[in-house]
Amino acid sequence: MQSIISISGLSKTYDGGFQALKRVDLDVAPGEIFALLGPNGAGKTTLISIVCGLVKATGGSVQVGGHDIVADYRAARSLIGLVPQELSTDRFESVWDTVAFSRGLFGKPKNPAYVEKLLRDLSLWSKKDERILALSGGMKRRVLIAKALAHEPRVLFLDEPTAGVDVELRRDMWRLIRELRDTGVTVILTTHYIDEAEEMADRIGVIRAGELILVEEKTALIAKLGRKELILQLGAPLAEVPASLARYGLELRREGCELAYVYDGAREHADLAALLTELTAAGVAFKDIRTTQSSLEDIFVDLVKERA
Amino acid sequence: MTPSVNLRAVGAIYKFEMARALRTIMQSVISPVISTSLYFVVFGAAIGQRMQEIDGVPYGTFIVPGLVMLSLLTQSIANASFGIYFPRFAGTIYEILSAPVSYLEIVVAYVGAAATKSIVIGLIILATASLFTPLTIEHPVLMVTFLLLTAFTFSLFGFIIGVWADGFEQLQIIPLLVITPLTFLGGSFYSIDMLPPFWRAVSLFNPVVYLVSGFRWSFTGKADVHIGVSLAMTMVFLLACLVAIRWIFKTGYRLKA
Repeated sequence: MQSIISISGLSKTYDGGFQALKRVDLDVAPGEIFALLGPNGAGKTTLISIVCGLVKATGGSVQVGGHDIVADYRAARSLIGLVPQELSTDRFESVWDTVAFSRGLFGKPKNPAYVEKLLRDLSLWSKKDERILALSGGMKRRVLIAKALAHEPRVLFLDEPTAGVDVELRRDMWRLIRELRDTGVTVILTTHYIDEAEEMADRIGVIRAGELILVEEKTALIAKLGRKELILQLGAPLAEVPASLARYGLELRREGCELAYVYDGAREHADLAALLTELTAAGVAFKDIRTTQSSLEDIFVDLVKERA
Repeated sequence: MTPSVNLRAVGAIYKFEMARALRTIMQSVISPVISTSLYFVVFGAAIGQRMQEIDGVPYGTFIVPGLVMLSLLTQSIANASFGIYFPRFAGTIYEILSAPVSYLEIVVAYVGAAATKSIVIGLIILATASLFTPLTIEHPVLMVTFLLLTAFTFSLFGFIIGVWADGFEQLQIIPLLVITPLTFLGGSFYSIDMLPPFWRAVSLFNPVVYLVSGFRWSFTGKADVHIGVSLAMTMVFLLACLVAIRWIFKTGYRLKA
């Protein structure tokens, strides 16, 4: 399928000499939810800002819906909605006016029915005539989302959408993002909350010091990089691992009451059956079995540490 | 197909800016009218009655074009510079920069709104002045031309200041330290022909002299410098502003990293 966003060799060096992006390549498929994960200052916001036209790239190119973001900026930008990280709002405007303004700014004819639906979906309808300065932080965040969606974009960028918002809004936001995806909108979000990426994303890109060090399907990523552990609760404590099982690299824990076997989540699981058979053969009895899998967070911490 | 002109965006920004003026109607309209009325009361009615006619024009009538010019210049600069500076300050500029609008459209919208406001204020001041002193406009077409030209030129200038400014103080500095003195010394309240030859020559380096003189000519048919020179100087300044704005958008100066 043709990518909705195609980034190639994108670089950015700021005037001060700071290199924020180093030859980033990335393709995003229509209708997917892509999470860009990375520590602060890694280049997430710079990447988004270039695609949206707020920052000029120093190298490489970006196409949105097949339109170059520089040569054909009108067509490219018409497809994009941006929810910035900062709560930058026109304090003295009413909610309705500011959303209607955004729609006009992006060249769309008036459509009160659509704006009404948008405000209702975002639980903003009752606040439509209020000035933005009277709203809470969470409500302002909703207003920014409404503004970004006012012109019915095909691609939505959310820069740290849930930074500093309460649980309720976070849930609402996740629900809204899924609904948008169901209507075919591509969503690209940056976050440093791993659970958010784990919960939402189809694919995950990890960015560190301006480099996209990894792009992977979320499930594949967890399977590939995730370590799994098989833990056996023994019937009776063992003093040491039987010599016949040495090749498995087993580890005794909890004063010999637990036996742990660490294995690669992506590998064939055939040796698990062999291990269990050999354990029985060696006369080791066990009461219970459980497996654990490392979360995206463990993977992320490992990745970022590894490259540091 | 994406249209090649985004008129809806121009309309949206223009409307937004005009709505801002209506919200702050006290600062936008009433205060310039009050301050100008004070000038008329003091200079026109109180002092003016003791002054002799200048070039056969009563003093009250003589100062009207200069006073309108003073408001037109300061209001155009204030409106346009604040209009673009505030979104930069508040961070809302992100939306303008990420929208499918050209630089020309952004300038037309902001400068158009700023010029509209200052023209309205100029006309209100003119109407206020007619209450204090008899007014005749000998060359109405030229009067309107000067009004529009000055409003747009100085709104462009204000836009440049709004992009350049890094704080609210810088926003005030040019109107306060440059424009107001130049206007007072630019023949708003006297004819530069009344000055000693040396100071008259110095005055000719003051661009506001040409604006006030030309504008006054459209009212009374009397001017310090030839009307053609006045028009040419205004056009030169307009051109300079356009070149500066072109450069701002080409380089992304203070707008895009």
